Order: sequence, then C-alpha cells, then structure tokens
Amino acid sequence: MIPASFDYEVADSAAHALSLLAEHGEDAKLLAGGHSLLPMMKVRLAQPAVLIDIARIAELSGIRVEGDEIVIGATTRHADVAESEVLKAEAPLLAYAALQIGDPQIRHRGTIGGSLAHADPSADLPMALLALGGSVEITGPSGVRAVGADDFFVGPFESALGPDELLSAVRVPRGGSVPWGYQKFVRRANDWAIVGAAAYGGRVALASMGGTPLRATATEEALRSGASVAEAARLAAEGTSPGYDFHADVDYRQHLARVLVRRALEGKAG
Amino acid sequence: MTEIKLTVNGVARSDEVEPRLLLIHYLRETLGLRAANVGCDTTSCGACTVLLDGESVKSCTVLAVQANDRSVTTAEGLVAQDGTMSTVQQAFRENHGLQCGFCTPGMVMAATSLLAENPHPTEQEVREGLEGNFCRCTGYHNIVQSVLSAADKLSGSSPAAEVPANGVTA
Repeated sequence: MIPASFDYEVADSAAHALSLLAEHGEDAKLLAGGHSLLPMMKVRLAQPAVLIDIARIAELSGIRVEGDEIVIGATTRHADVAESEVLKAEAPLLAYAALQIGDPQIRHRGTIGGSLAHADPSADLPMALLALGGSVEITGPSGVRAVGADDFFVGPFESALGPDELLSAVRVPRGGSVPWGYQKFVRRANDWAIVGAAAYGGRVALASMGGTPLRATATEEALRSGASVAEAARLAAEGTSPGYDFHADVDYRQHLARVLVRRALEGKAG
Repeated sequence: MTEIKLTVNGVARSDEVEPRLLLIHYLRETLGLRAANVGCDTTSCGACTVLLDGESVKSCTVLAVQANDRSVTTAEGLVAQDGTMSTVQQAFRENHGLQCGFCTPGMVMAATSLLAENPHPTEQEVREGLEGNFCRCTGYHNIVQSVLSAADKLSGSSPAAEVPANGVTA
C-alpha cells in the first residue's frame, strides 16, 4: 500500500516547523517517527497534502530533569524512553509503558510526542501520562502553553492540539518512590490493550474504556476515603463507556477494568 | 521529487525519489536489493526489517526520504565481500533457523539489532526481542536457538540459560 502523493518539507527548528504549519494550514501534518501517521496514510485514512518532517530537530529530542519534573522532548523515541536511566529511576511507570509499545522495531521509530498527539484511547502512553498526572508543552504562533493530561485528550484520536501548533515536550513528575502498577490485557503480543490500567499513587487511569484514556474517578475517591484496594477496584468501571468488538463486549471490558485496576493498585506490572 | 543521499550496505547512494516512496520499495525496486520482503505491509510481521543507523526498523513504515543522510543495512549487506556470512546468518544456517525462508531476512536483521543492544540475551529475551517478527511456518524454536547460538559465538561465552516459564511469546 502506497500513500497518496504529498509534498515533503524538512523543518530544521521548532520555529521553522511552526512557520511551515502556518504556511500550509490544515493540509499539513507533522511527521516524526511516522508510526501512527504512515500506517493511516497507507490505507488513506489520512491524506495530508504536506508532510513536515520534525525528526531532525535537535531541540525537540532528549530527556532532562527540571526541578521536580522530567522533561522529555517530543521526538524522543519509545526505545530511548524505555531505556532512560533517569526515567527508570524517577518515573518508572513511563519507562515501563514505553517498553510495552509494539515491538523493538516500532520502538526504534515511534516517538512520545507522536503517540500522545495521535490520542489513541487504547494506547500505552496516553494512559501512562494520565496516571502520572503529567502534561504536554504545546508550542504555537503565540508561544508555549502547558496542557495537563486531564485536559489534553478530548476524544478518540482527538487532542487539544491545534492545527497550527506543535507538541514540543512532555512533562512528568519525579516520583521514584511513588507506588505504581501497570496492566495491559492483550490476546497477542504487539496488540493494543483490550483494556489497560495504570496506577500511580492514588491516581488510576484506564485504556480502551471510552473515547479517551480515562481516570477511574470512583476508585480514586474510594481510596481517598480509606477503602481497601479490593473495594476501590470494584468501582473501576463506574462511568466508563467502552466499545465492543470481536475481542470483548462491554461487560467483559468492565470486568477486566475491575480486575486490572486491582492488580495495578497492588503494584503489579504485566 | 526529492533528492536523497544515503549509505546502503556501505555504498553511497543518491537518488531522486517521490516523497511517498517507502523505504522497502526503494530498496527492492530502485536498488534491486530483494532480501527484505513485503509481508503484511502494516508494521506487524517484520519481514521488511532492515537496519537504519544500526537499529532494526520496519521498512514498510519508513519513507525513503526519512533515510536521507543515514545508513541502511539489509541482509545482503551482512555478507562480507568474500562471501562470508555474518555470525548471525551462519548461526541460522547451522541451526536450520528457517523453514520456507520468507521471514528469514527480517529475522536475521532483527536478531542482529537485538544482539547489538543485548549481547547476552536469555532465551526469554530473544523471544521478546523477536516479537515483531512473525514466522508463519511457526518455526520459532530453531530461530531462537540460532540467535542464542550467534550470541554465544559473538561473545565467546555461554549466555545465561533460561527456560521460559510461560511458553512461547515470539
């Protein structure tokens, strides 16, 4: 399968990428690793007239500590997030989540910014960012703005990112001693989660349980009120509206959410 | 058309390509390097795996223009000029790490990348390291043995022997 024709531009800085976006408008898409965008272009679910390659912009890549946060450049690849000693020590949930994505080849190409901007409700990193209470840094014509994970995901494959904006960095809290757990239920290696659950302290996030990654708010409230993990986990599916497919119907997904949230709150990763 | 300059199997190349040209098609059709195969064409099966700057990638999901200024290695490029196969290739031959052979070039490239990142993998790590490569003959056992044997030869010592408790993952 071959994508429809497009023009190809290489941006050499974030400012250059923004000016190219301004020039080409909504017909343009940003290309980093291309591991969400190119598969969509190959089956013509996406048909941008212009691709703006941001993968070679040095300022958009890398991992650094800044105060009580870790800042990850948008074009940092999943493999680099998974292997980062800083993240393994200070935000192990994020490093672990990155390692659950696809396979080694995909992790050599896919980027954290690309995955978050793609906003797939069943993907690993949106759920992880939501559990961590992280944020994204968005650079646009009028400067830089920060959007928390709770506000960034607005619908299936839809985020708060505007067509003239660039997701430039991701911020997660430093919390190496915060208890965490991560559960991804799949039928086959490589698949997206049929249901996913991530817990970080008292924050609990779910994948594949609605149009966006979701907080398990009833579970979180129960935990704050002193409920046991088992009691709180029984509330994990409240307020969720998962879809159904040949893998799982709604009831089964809600059952999985309760089981996986309990395991995640018990600190299990798998 | 966009001009690309890259190194393929150690040879400098320069070509005018359509931006939408996929790396796998550039390698197979433009350069005539037919080791990497088009399998699923959806980033799943790994038959098109090549090395980009030494790391495994699925060339059905990389544009040729994304390889500009970079280095690509295919299975052809693992063979020395005198025809000597690489240690990984030789290990696949000695351990009969193939049945029909369609997935083999991708398996060899994925294994080469895996051993560069982790020279002493356990059996479980080999299986997980090859999870992006499908063998539809399901001949995974000998493939895993081939990679463990290559690791052994490359390091000159035995990798940690480990029998996976939960069976096949690759």
